[in-house]
Amino acid sequence: MAATQVVRSEWTKIRSVASTVWTLSLAVVVTIALGMLISALSRNEYETLGARERLSFDPTFISFAGMSLGQLAMIVFGVLVVSNEYSTGMIRASLAAVPRRGTFLLSKLTVATALAFVVSMATSFAAFFLGQAMLGAYRASIGDEGVLRAVIGGGLYMTLIALFSMGVAAMLRSPMLSLGILMPFFFLISNILGNVDATEKVGRFLPDQAGSRIMQVVTPPGDDTPYGPWGGLGIMALWVLAAVVGGYVLLRRRDAQ
Amino acid sequence: MIEAVGLTKRYGDKTAVYNLSFQVRPGAVTGFLGPNGSGKSTTMRMILGLDNPTSGQVTIGGYPYRRLPNAPRQVGALLDAKAVHGGRSARSHLLSLAQLSGIPARRVDEVLGVVGLHDVARRRSKGFSLGMGQRLGIAAALLGDPQVLLFDEPVNGLDPEGILWVRNLMKALAAEGRTVFVSSHLMSEMALTADHLIVIGRGQLLADMSVTDFISANSADFARVRTPDTEPQQREKLSAAITEAGGNVLPEQDGALRVTGLALPRISDIAHDSGVRLWELSPHQASLEEAYMRMTQGAVDYRSTTDQKAGLQQPLPPGAQPPMPVPGQGQPGWYAPPPPQQGGQPFAAPQGVPAQAPAGPYGAPGAPGAAPGAPAPNPYAQPAPQAPRTPPGAAPAAPPAAPAVPPTAPAADLTKPEDAR
Repeated sequence: MAATQVVRSEWTKIRSVASTVWTLSLAVVVTIALGMLISALSRNEYETLGARERLSFDPTFISFAGMSLGQLAMIVFGVLVVSNEYSTGMIRASLAAVPRRGTFLLSKLTVATALAFVVSMATSFAAFFLGQAMLGAYRASIGDEGVLRAVIGGGLYMTLIALFSMGVAAMLRSPMLSLGILMPFFFLISNILGNVDATEKVGRFLPDQAGSRIMQVVTPPGDDTPYGPWGGLGIMALWVLAAVVGGYVLLRRRDAQ
Repeated sequence: MIEAVGLTKRYGDKTAVYNLSFQVRPGAVTGFLGPNGSGKSTTMRMILGLDNPTSGQVTIGGYPYRRLPNAPRQVGALLDAKAVHGGRSARSHLLSLAQLSGIPARRVDEVLGVVGLHDVARRRSKGFSLGMGQRLGIAAALLGDPQVLLFDEPVNGLDPEGILWVRNLMKALAAEGRTVFVSSHLMSEMALTADHLIVIGRGQLLADMSVTDFISANSADFARVRTPDTEPQQREKLSAAITEAGGNVLPEQDGALRVTGLALPRISDIAHDSGVRLWELSPHQASLEEAYMRMTQGAVDYRSTTDQKAGLQQPLPPGAQPPMPVPGQGQPGWYAPPPPQQGGQPFAAPQGVPAQAPAGPYGAPGAPGAAPGAPAPNPYAQPAPQAPRTPPGAAPAAPPAAPAVPPTAPAADLTKPEDAR
């Protein structure tokens, strides 16, 4: 069983369903459009900001504001890619054809992650340039210190979110259960934990809180986060690794229902 | 060659398959029979390495499936026709499976032609009927031109033409020397398709024998003999004479005799010699379906009960008559065609309704065509309560419950001619 065969098959699977196109284009549109909107609003409000707020004004990060919503579409993409197999029962045909379950899962994740990576990178660059265009005079340039890192990091962040969702879906199998856990977690719970003083210290080690650090160029004054941009992405990568390994171990052990 | 040795699968407390050992040989269609929930699909999944057995093992060509080299080119399976992403076209579905095992795309178009789906190949499978889904599943099983084929309920939802096609396909595949393992809960279907039978109930092996052996072991031929009902002493006389000649006599509920062990001409001679007139002398064969039912009776997990419709039926206004029941619908004992010994009565008896004919609330004794003894428990259905559903006196005009049913139900004959081969 050559892995290339499985990869080719997974590519056929992923491009032959409409949900791939829908979820990915939604992620692109929402991220870019919301980023542009918030950038435009920020430009108009800049005059009213206090000196302290002007110091922490981060044009790069503002243009990525759409990612908080766009990542939800990425989550749906990641969950559906994996859990479709279970909800349709296709998993039985797939595993009957690929008895090596590790090969099967890794090929699937490779194809879906590669696709997510391409889309995320394009989205990240588009969101940055269009967002900066909206910011007018307050814009950052791609050549400024840390900006290119933040833009590439934005693409990596979205890719990792998708991969994390795939790992979780491989563990939970049901699309409803996976989405029901991931969506509120990333949209609400993580934000609450990260912003309430009592839980902030724990909250910032959650995958999205840690990972989004890489998109910040300007560190807010008084920031005591114990990791840097790449450290944050590393923490997120550990979360992703844990989810994927969990999915792999469970897939190997469990009956294919 | 599929070989299972002591295969056992437990899900928590429930034992789905217990200590199952069998062999499926190449060059024959092997039928895998059992009632719903008897463990057929679980066994199929274990053969394909999808479920891990709790104990025991099953191998294909000597290898457990998950270690079989180039498995998809050796084994093809139809497990669940609906196991297809509805948004994906039939062709994409097959293409993704073909690419998994390095099968060229040309082969996809070939099998689409074989199963007759080439016209809808690019349509989303969401709109497929159950029969089309089955065809798609069969196409997937054929993709790798495998030597071992597994089909789980392949004829579900197929039209008669499709059923015939599947039947011929299985036979053709087996004739090419392949191993064909087909599960079904329909004995009649398997009797036509399979060469060998493996019957399970509650996850345990009930029978493992060739279809011919199964038929000879389970469906003894018998003759039905009827003497004039007006002269019971003739019946006694004939019984004695037949027993003396080495035959076995079993009385039937309607007063006829079931004779085994003697050929029809011999029975006629005996009757003639003892001076007994005959009203009926007819050959019969207990159906294979009946034999299968008898075998799995104790192993049925899901039984139906009579639908009492309590609380749904409005009380009838005084004097109103309930609607006339359509024969064969909603009547106790009509869940399946009557078995031969009760319903297989080709010549209607003109008279002589025995005592157990339903009298009482239904009234109308001796209704035209009332077959005596018909309300006897039907082995196909759960022994339904025979009590009348309407309170006494409420339905004076209703015809007798089951006797209105034409005694020779066509479906009961389905298996008979072919079984005789």
